[in-house]
Amino acid sequence: MTTLALSPPRPPSPAARLPRLLAGIGDQPASLRWHERQHGPMPVLRRAGRLIDVVEASGLTGRGGAGFPTGRKMRSVAAGPGSKVVVANGAEGEPASLKDRLLLSRLPHVVLDGMTLAAEAVGATEAYLCVHGTQHGLLDGLERAVQERLAAGLDPVPIKVTGIPGRYVSSEQSSIVQFLNGGPGKPTFSPPRPHERGVNGHPTLVHNVETLAHLALIARYGDRWFRGTGTPSAPGSMLVTVSGAVARPGVYEIEMGTPVGRLVMLAGGPAEPLSGLLVGGYFGAWLPVEAAWPVPMTHTSLKAAGGALGAGIVIALPASACPIAETARVVRYLAEENAGQCGPCVFGLPALADALGDLAYCGGRNGAVDQVAALLPLIERRGACRHPDGATQLVRSLLRAFPADARRHERTGSCGGVARPPVLPLPRDEDREWDFR
Amino acid sequence: MGFPLSVTLRVNPIACVGHGMCAELLPELIQLDRWGYPILSSSTVPRPLADHARRAVQACPALALLIADAAGKHR
Repeated sequence: MTTLALSPPRPPSPAARLPRLLAGIGDQPASLRWHERQHGPMPVLRRAGRLIDVVEASGLTGRGGAGFPTGRKMRSVAAGPGSKVVVANGAEGEPASLKDRLLLSRLPHVVLDGMTLAAEAVGATEAYLCVHGTQHGLLDGLERAVQERLAAGLDPVPIKVTGIPGRYVSSEQSSIVQFLNGGPGKPTFSPPRPHERGVNGHPTLVHNVETLAHLALIARYGDRWFRGTGTPSAPGSMLVTVSGAVARPGVYEIEMGTPVGRLVMLAGGPAEPLSGLLVGGYFGAWLPVEAAWPVPMTHTSLKAAGGALGAGIVIALPASACPIAETARVVRYLAEENAGQCGPCVFGLPALADALGDLAYCGGRNGAVDQVAALLPLIERRGACRHPDGATQLVRSLLRAFPADARRHERTGSCGGVARPPVLPLPRDEDREWDFR
Repeated sequence: MGFPLSVTLRVNPIACVGHGMCAELLPELIQLDRWGYPILSSSTVPRPLADHARRAVQACPALALLIADAAGKHR
């Protein structure tokens, strides 16, 4: 394993304990001065390729949901022809995720450090920080942080803060690239993928903002430090958002591999008896409480348990709520958020939302569950992006985690849970953008 | 140019608007779903059907059916 030699004297490497990213976080946006006191100045890279080695050795993986090895992605972009582009994806499409917003609004400089370091490492000449254009306060705050750094002469590659459409599918990486190329911000048919041909045809490195923040700390403290927490195969810490029926919902920084149950307890424990947990957000999966409780928060373990880590979202469903009605409402939302491009998604998701809504609110009819299940193979893997697959995975997990509820609805009709205020968070209609640019 | 060992078919779902020509010309491999969009039973085209597959690709008004040789090169 390697450690990075740095030119300026670096602050004492903090112990492996948490929090790392969220250390010292306050109610107000952190200034550049505060940031440099907390973590020391941004390291100067003597040799660009060295940082890629260190990031690769650290084992950092993407924190936006896919979990791809960060160093490998950087290496493939760096190896591409000509000049490169870096895109920081802070357009948190998942309604149940708050971590990127928290990071960008309170600790912008650790993300901006990561962007500049990544740009230097891969040889980028352009850098874009993308958030939803509907988040005016966030855009203003980020612009102020960028100006603060400009005055301090920090970012040789100027960072452009960009508002992309506030649509669920617009935060997909091919959508962002298409938007930066002058398009409406919809997913595109691949290949080519952004790392091959992205913004203006250049190889483009798209990273989630939390990934870049980890990168900024790895550049300071090294890969050994990063591996000082988490598990050998899933090292480091991650930001998670816990909501639903817990005593203290919010964003937490945990070791990778923390069991799901311990995370729920960290968030104050169940606020009422629970029937299930939605792990991974609306691209994730429902798991029964007992099954989910011991599972470590890593991509591999959650996948083996029939779930997904996604962007680190955990929602606790109270036993008094109806999982079918909750899922039907989210599938309706996902149907409304489709890009209007691929037939199986355009027609399939509304049909799925109808069939699920029928089971949730009417039921009492033979074949209502089969009607839902029959739609899934007509939708799965038939879109240009993974949007339809997210919805079908959620519905499959519903039928797997709550078979008794599904049968009861089919046999005897709707349950009392549908009268409860919804638990799964969705954006308010007035905060949504209903079309593309 | 050597003779390709096998060819594969792929639908560009963004370009496809469901004309259904492909299912008419290549029913052995392509069926339409309940909304009129093609479902490929297999992406690999058996040798005897290769000419039919090429015809279906050429007939697609939306240029949404793609054929590639074993190396993955689209034509």
